[in-house]
Amino acid sequence: MTTPSQVLTLKIDGQDVTGRADETILQVARENGIHIPTLCFLDSLSPLGACRLCLVEIKGSPRLFAACVTYIAEGMEVLTKSDRLNKYRRMIVELLFAERNHICSICVANGHCDLQDLAREMGVTYVDFPYRYPRLGVDASHERFGLDHNRCVLCMRCVRVCGEVEGAHTWDVAGRGIEAHVSADLDFPWGDSDTCTSCGKCVQVCPTGALFKKGVAAAEMVKHRSFLVRLTAMREEAE
Amino acid sequence: MTKLKLATVWLDGCSGCHMSFLDIDERLLELVEKVDIVYSPLVDFKAFPDAVDITLVEGAVSNQDDLEKIKKVRAHTRLLVALGDCAVTANVPSMRNPFGVDQVVKRAYEENVTLQPQLPTQAVPPLLKRVRPVHDIVTVDVHLPGCPPSADAIFAALVALVEGRTPDVAALTRFGA
Ligand code: SF4
Ligand code: SF4
Ligand code: FES
Repeated sequence: MTTPSQVLTLKIDGQDVTGRADETILQVARENGIHIPTLCFLDSLSPLGACRLCLVEIKGSPRLFAACVTYIAEGMEVLTKSDRLNKYRRMIVELLFAERNHICSICVANGHCDLQDLAREMGVTYVDFPYRYPRLGVDASHERFGLDHNRCVLCMRCVRVCGEVEGAHTWDVAGRGIEAHVSADLDFPWGDSDTCTSCGKCVQVCPTGALFKKGVAAAEMVKHRSFLVRLTAMREEAE
Repeated sequence: MTKLKLATVWLDGCSGCHMSFLDIDERLLELVEKVDIVYSPLVDFKAFPDAVDITLVEGAVSNQDDLEKIKKVRAHTRLLVALGDCAVTANVPSMRNPFGVDQVVKRAYEENVTLQPQLPTQAVPPLLKRVRPVHDIVTVDVHLPGCPPSADAIFAALVALVEGRTPDVAALTRFGA
């Protein structure tokens, strides 16, 4: 039996590394300076495994594993870079662009967007899948913030920060499959929410221009996320 | 050395990509030592030539005219470059897609018009049902995103193509740049 604090040895990209049994491949990779692309993952929020960008190969298995939700094991051999992984990661990024209406040039997050950064990292210079052009709305009912469904990638960072850190649990995902969308309370306009404290944490953690502060123009929505790590560290100290 | 033939075409875009192309400034002189600009909204040739080495396309494919033009351009071009976000992603022109043509045309020619509101029947090419990126219609060899791509990015990409190299686009520009 392995215990959570037991130290395990494994190989990532041929490099010998060690980690605790309760650490994920992503954590151990980062501790060792090995970069794995991520989107839904955000330090201090519970890992979810929603976006699949962090896919890695593990020797001995034909399956691919999401590094942010896969725990390490003794003797594991992980590959974080390969043509196969590149192909799938590119595909994921392209599908995210094709799924909704990302018009970067007029987006509040232009130049400060995790999806744009990923496209650049993956060398995605165009989208090979046909764009869907869904008709989606913008919820501008909140006094200070807006939600543009056209730019949401359903990473659920907002859902998690609101529930886990702010403790308000305003956000959820309603609908299934292609109909899935983030919704405030029971799919009400955000401005009518009884639970939202207007703290703005969701706006800051949102990787794209989907959640934004009202009054910002194109390319002005710079997100600040350092509060999250500080807050979590303070809580851990208090415990 | 015989010079390469360069063309530029303008579909549904704001001409910003062409302005950015002009922003290459004095480096244009360097460029025209290696290429002849044989067709462009910026020069006076009326017909698209038979054999062009490199064509830069600005703009999305939005109407019947764009559609015919891009097919013809592709047939007579060796290296087709989608220049800028409208050509690469359909960008701002594609914002009409979720609404459908009828609603868009009504809005433009009837609802917002005070004097003789009417739908055009002549001269204006009919809109396609959906605005589409260039690669949705014809094969594109190089995508150069950006709104507009910077003059530096355009110049670097052109130099690479003229020298027979593939430009490292991701290092030069991005969507929305
Ligand atoms: S959210 Fe990001 S990818 Fe989407 S339109 Fe805005 S800048 Fe572009
Ligand atoms: S609104 Fe932003 S944070 Fe929330 S799911 Fe969409 S992209 Fe993620
Ligand atoms: S970062 Fe691991 S699945 Fe999104």
